[in-house]
Amino acid sequence: MSEHNSKKPQRLTRKERERREFLRTSALVAGITGFSLLQLVPTLSGAAPRLRPPGALDESEYLSSCIKCGQCVQVCPVEAVFLADMLDGQGQGAAYIDARNQACDFSCDGLQCVLACPTGALTHEINYSHETRMGLARLEQPGKCLAMQGEGFFGIARGEEYSGTLRFEEIDRWNPIPLNQHPFDLEVCDLCVRLCPIEIRRTQCDAGTPPSGDINQCPPKAAITLEKIEGEGSRVRYKPVVLEGCVGCGVCEMVCPTDEPAIVIDIRKQWPEDNV
Amino acid sequence: MRIIKYCINVMLGKRPAKTPPEKISEEAQALHQRKKDSGEIDKVKAREEHEIYRETHNKKWRKRRWFSILFINLLFVFSYALDIQMLEGALTASRFLGFHMADLNSALQVMLAFKTVLINLLIGFVTVLLMWLLLGGRTFCSWVCPYHLLSEWAETIHIKLVEKKIIKNHLFNRKARTWFYILFAVLAFGTGYTIFETISPTGILSRALIYGPTVALLWVLFLLTVEIFYSRRAWCRYVCPIGLTYGFVGAFSPMKVNYNAVNCHHEGDCRKVCLVPHVLEWTIKGRAPELNVELGPDCTRCGMCIDVCPTDSLNFRFKGLSKKR
Repeated sequence: MSEHNSKKPQRLTRKERERREFLRTSALVAGITGFSLLQLVPTLSGAAPRLRPPGALDESEYLSSCIKCGQCVQVCPVEAVFLADMLDGQGQGAAYIDARNQACDFSCDGLQCVLACPTGALTHEINYSHETRMGLARLEQPGKCLAMQGEGFFGIARGEEYSGTLRFEEIDRWNPIPLNQHPFDLEVCDLCVRLCPIEIRRTQCDAGTPPSGDINQCPPKAAITLEKIEGEGSRVRYKPVVLEGCVGCGVCEMVCPTDEPAIVIDIRKQWPEDNV
Repeated sequence: MRIIKYCINVMLGKRPAKTPPEKISEEAQALHQRKKDSGEIDKVKAREEHEIYRETHNKKWRKRRWFSILFINLLFVFSYALDIQMLEGALTASRFLGFHMADLNSALQVMLAFKTVLINLLIGFVTVLLMWLLLGGRTFCSWVCPYHLLSEWAETIHIKLVEKKIIKNHLFNRKARTWFYILFAVLAFGTGYTIFETISPTGILSRALIYGPTVALLWVLFLLTVEIFYSRRAWCRYVCPIGLTYGFVGAFSPMKVNYNAVNCHHEGDCRKVCLVPHVLEWTIKGRAPELNVELGPDCTRCGMCIDVCPTDSLNFRFKGLSKKR
């Protein structure tokens, strides 16, 4: 705006007004486009992967098909599912599970999150817990594992403060209870095996009482076991060994009583076929 | 049909033009002539009437609308928080008493990005399409969208600041929204990600209300700040593709705001309060092609114009049910 001669700002000509509007609009288009493209950065730069709920499609397909409504969050009985924030880029509003905080223990029995998903981001092609493949458990820190030291476990698995819940069918078939209300007294720590939802189902099936009386619920393959380690010393030591039936639900990571979990989930990792 | 095409073009950003005389009906021409002849005599009186009306009127539609926005969004919140399970999910997709619902724009983004349509999504899409086809399309914006409410409050502050000459309003070209619409569709199809969803204040707010506050709310706060200090209702007017999606639906809806030119003073108070004043160009003296004209599809059916009109010239009309005057 030229300010020669007059004190009053001159009224802009139509042409000048249009020129300014054009510049302003260009800035708006550039700004919004830039900011929206910025949301691709965390995704394309391969930021820390997230453990997704059961049935999640491959990561890029999962993110494109998820409509970010959180219906899966609402149906989960153990409240394991959360929606990611803006820092997750394209994952914003998409569901994830933080296993150490609260794992999926399949206590809904029917994969409620999958049933709730309106877009098939959690594929409707699976019906049972053992059909999911969220990842694979791995003994990351054998040195921390109590069983590897031949030690037992007595007390509350994650301490009084921990608020995670699990279903213990012998206590309440329908409602999960806080882990801190369920102390253990174990000669050898086998929490990762004992609380594994797949192993629990296999035990029930072996006893002739499959979950919901439905033999389809029976996992055909074992997920985890403790193997005796031959070695020196008087103590008997055991090693948790992850097997092909592991679905990566994260309960072992959640319940592992060491300060950092000795066993963790490798997100989206599949059982190597040549190992079968 | 021609008028629908014209109105859609205006929605997409075309400047409303003077109505050519040959397109004005005889009745309307007579009315325009009569008003022209009576001249400016009644101008002062009309202005007075408008001021009195503005101060005394109870803003009926605004009350109802605010109630609707709060009710629907709180129903989402309580369905989850209190586990009453009436309306599960968020505004992007939900289940109302078990029936699938999907926001049209969110569903379109997913379809473009994922390139597969699951039956549940299709059911939700069609249900919501039919619903807004009946209720007026952009009715979603002003009666449901939580950002609309915040933006309306921001607008009140903006107008006060402009009146006090502390700030100036800055207009953008309305075609920007059409460009954004194409851009976000192309981005979804091309990248395979629903990119608009990550910056949509509607989705961000809805999820934050239901699942707890997020960092993304800062983006919403930024948008509101821009709207308060720089450009009135900028997001809804110049950017949001959700509005345009519902706008297309509204073009074919029987639910419209009807303008009757007979008693109108042409004071333009309706255009001053309107989010999309280009739909009210008919109310300019000499523009109405008929005695009764429907407002264009960009109209959000918010009823603000009805609330400020002292002459009852603007009214909701459901084609086929409401009587013409």
